[in-house]
Amino acid sequence: MATTLETSRQQPQTLAGRRLPTWSLPALAAGIVLLSLGLFAVTGLAGVADFVVFVLLAYLVLQTAISFSVEGRRQAVNRLFSAFVYGCFGLAALPLVLVLWYTVKKGLGVMSVKFLTVSMFRVNPDKPGGGIYHAIIGTVEQALLATLIAAPLGVLAAVYLVEYGGRRPFARAVSFFVDVMTGVPSIVAGLFIYAFWILALGFQKSGFAGALALFILMLPVVIRSTEEMLKLVPNELREASYALGVPKWRTILRIVLPTAMAGIVTGITLGVARIMGETAPLLLLVGTNSRIQTNPFAGQDAQRLQEALPTYIFEQFRDAVGNPDSPAAQRAWGAALTLIILIMLLTGLARLIARFARVRG
Amino acid sequence: MSGPTISAATTPSPEPLPDVSDISGSAVRPGDRVFRGVSITAGALVLIVMVAIAAFLIYRTIPALQKDTGNFFTTKVWLPEEARPLFGIAALLFHTLVTAILAMIFAVPVALGIALFITYYAPRRISQGLGYLVDLLAAVPSVIYGLWGIFFLAPHMGGLTLFLDRWVPIPLFNYRLTNAPNNLSDFTAGIVLAIMILPIISSISREVFRQVPRDQVEAALAIGATRWEMIRTAVLPFGRSGVVSASILGLGRALGETLAVAIILAPAYTISFHVTEAGGITFASNIALKYSEASDIGIDALLASGLCLFVITLLVNFSAQLLIRRRKEA
Amino acid sequence: MAKRIDVSGLNCYYGKFLAVADVSVEIEPRTVTAFIGPSGCGKSTVLRTLNRMHEVIPGARVEGKVMLDGEDIYGSAVDPVNVRRTIGMVFQRPNPFPTMSIYDNVAAGLRLSGVRGRGQLDEVVEKSLRGANLWNEVKDRLKKPGAGLSGGQQQRLCIARAIAVEPQVLLMDEPCSALDPISTLAIEDLIGKLKERYTIVIVTHNMQQAARVSDRTAFFNLPAFGEPGQLVEYDDTTKIFSNPGNPKTEEYITGRFG
Repeated sequence: MATTLETSRQQPQTLAGRRLPTWSLPALAAGIVLLSLGLFAVTGLAGVADFVVFVLLAYLVLQTAISFSVEGRRQAVNRLFSAFVYGCFGLAALPLVLVLWYTVKKGLGVMSVKFLTVSMFRVNPDKPGGGIYHAIIGTVEQALLATLIAAPLGVLAAVYLVEYGGRRPFARAVSFFVDVMTGVPSIVAGLFIYAFWILALGFQKSGFAGALALFILMLPVVIRSTEEMLKLVPNELREASYALGVPKWRTILRIVLPTAMAGIVTGITLGVARIMGETAPLLLLVGTNSRIQTNPFAGQDAQRLQEALPTYIFEQFRDAVGNPDSPAAQRAWGAALTLIILIMLLTGLARLIARFARVRG
Repeated sequence: MSGPTISAATTPSPEPLPDVSDISGSAVRPGDRVFRGVSITAGALVLIVMVAIAAFLIYRTIPALQKDTGNFFTTKVWLPEEARPLFGIAALLFHTLVTAILAMIFAVPVALGIALFITYYAPRRISQGLGYLVDLLAAVPSVIYGLWGIFFLAPHMGGLTLFLDRWVPIPLFNYRLTNAPNNLSDFTAGIVLAIMILPIISSISREVFRQVPRDQVEAALAIGATRWEMIRTAVLPFGRSGVVSASILGLGRALGETLAVAIILAPAYTISFHVTEAGGITFASNIALKYSEASDIGIDALLASGLCLFVITLLVNFSAQLLIRRRKEA
Repeated sequence: MAKRIDVSGLNCYYGKFLAVADVSVEIEPRTVTAFIGPSGCGKSTVLRTLNRMHEVIPGARVEGKVMLDGEDIYGSAVDPVNVRRTIGMVFQRPNPFPTMSIYDNVAAGLRLSGVRGRGQLDEVVEKSLRGANLWNEVKDRLKKPGAGLSGGQQQRLCIARAIAVEPQVLLMDEPCSALDPISTLAIEDLIGKLKERYTIVIVTHNMQQAARVSDRTAFFNLPAFGEPGQLVEYDDTTKIFSNPGNPKTEEYITGRFG
């Protein structure tokens, strides 16, 4: 019937395609590495980055050429894409490793119990010494304040969206803007609070003002994750409660929220981890201070504002005036390490809570 | 911004979850009425805050614009404290867009590659762990990225920028010898921004790729497609709009990023397409750097620029969310 | 042209779990063989091992031999992609590519192997759609999306897509279970026509369908819960349905279980 078509297409006569044996590609990689080491030793080329790039490129080119000639175009393209995909993962893992390793390397030097328990009071910025105690207090207190406002309001708003609002237009509008709010830059949140709290209402800069901006950043996160958790609560639970004559508000408070509580707490914890690292609004609303201040409501007139870890880091960076080995730079790295550890701990805690909740069911 | 935060905010859910809001009838009881009122108010707070942000920024922008002696949109310099205040957002807008676009160019393909790697290449058991690893990038605060960028990355970029200048024929990458290549440039900032927005784009794309119906994947394999061909035929067309909205969200994040850019980018109120040359200033970095010494009018001017940034990111996020919702309906 | 399949000593695993044990069948070219049996007995699993789709599931593997005209499709030098080109598959729920037109759906496999010429593609698309008894219904709307057709038409589109790459064998996994009776009849007629060119293996839970379309029938069963499925009896269809050798087969076809 259509025999001409059949012969013109690549109909395999046998199934055994010519395939590269499994050992061939790792062997190729090893061979290239060895050859390149030799090449770099003999010629003037040097540098770790150059070596890595050279090896990768050589491997890609050779792999594609060999695969093309042995296995054919389609497999060659397939292998090339696989290499690209693996490479992308490496490209993500690489900066993560570099950033974390560099922070640890630079920050470990200045870390000590003393560093964590003293402030910068009477410490000359150009000289070693001093610590981040005041900044830790600031970070913790401001985050706590922001959470105290954001958590109940966020949970309540999520309750509205799931339990009352549903598909009504107002609820959909709110839901839409919750998502849009997630994308508001932190500096804009800071500017808003500045224009509102400080310029319009006349309050002073304070840790509390900073907490207000952090609250704006945290709110949509809490709402979104609480919403997801509430939606996961099975409907049967609510219906069983209503069938017993329990009013809606009691059902939500006593049955739905407790069931979803672990997930809600996870969401809140992740929200806190996020705002702990925010610097921009704090620069505008709180500023810097070398001394300990445990009252977040104290204004700038008292000359004792509440510094936080991120602003501390930025301030020390500026004191370092571009010198990566100055005492200020070292303090900045020490604070950076502390901040990262705090955030990682919080994130780990959140995941632990989530897993614990899943186990309990 | 890691894990559930990212996906919870923006993932399309596979099926519409039941609407439970109509159960148990109306809010007749006083307890119900109070509770309902309280929760509606909390919900309304979101709208109120968004409107308030716009309102208060506009309120301070007007006097600033009135005092500006130049055209706010075309002036490059930022001198609101002069006797004749002269400031404008031309340079700010330029570098904000350039760094964000560079970040997108670097981040989107890599994020897609990562998402495909985790969903279709990596062994199933470790794929969730790999996802957490990539999301870890989002847990690092921007100020630390800034430090790392200026103390580690920029000094090591010399080889790359030299290579680009000499071997790549695009004039974009040339740099003039008058600008000593300390690499505190849009290019370096773009790379660091790309690292920062990688997790959000890849996390949403991952969710989208995971939802490709098994049917489609098997249909492609059954007609003899290789893994790449299967991805090209079944996965990418399915995920196209999701990936686009993920990228737009990443763009929004890059536009608003403050500290990393403020630390890395050497301030310069000029416009130049030589992206590997040092110097530049964005909306956000300008505010962060100029803020502490600003007078009243200086602050108003910064607030005016903040309004511009707010509007830009609002538009970007608006379109991303509309795209996501349209996809959810489809 | 159409090839014969010889399965010997086939064991199908999902990870450590042995799902089907020790299957051996010989399938002649240009015949229709039906796999029947109760739910969960492994007939779909065995079918999917015939075109190496079983291993797509993570952790799934196979022991034993599946020979296509004397060549073991699980040989170490064999590319699964080639196997799937030679042994095509139609699935339970019609799954045309939703972002592609009818034309592009049928041409998909061809384009992957590098056929670009418009004339060539047109010819093969028409031939495949005719072969699937769908040409007359869609010839005026080839550019319309494949998902816009009815269920029965979509399934015939999937059949056209499968035969467009000129396989030797066609595997069908309960192809009519998601369709209405009229579309089912249309597909059964089509199977009768397709068997002139292809070797066909069809899994079905509908015994009457097996009796209608197949030349030989294989009955699979689960001896007990937790045990691997097995091939109980394999014989000419007329014999299986009128005078089965094995008592379990008789119980199944008379409806006493399953």
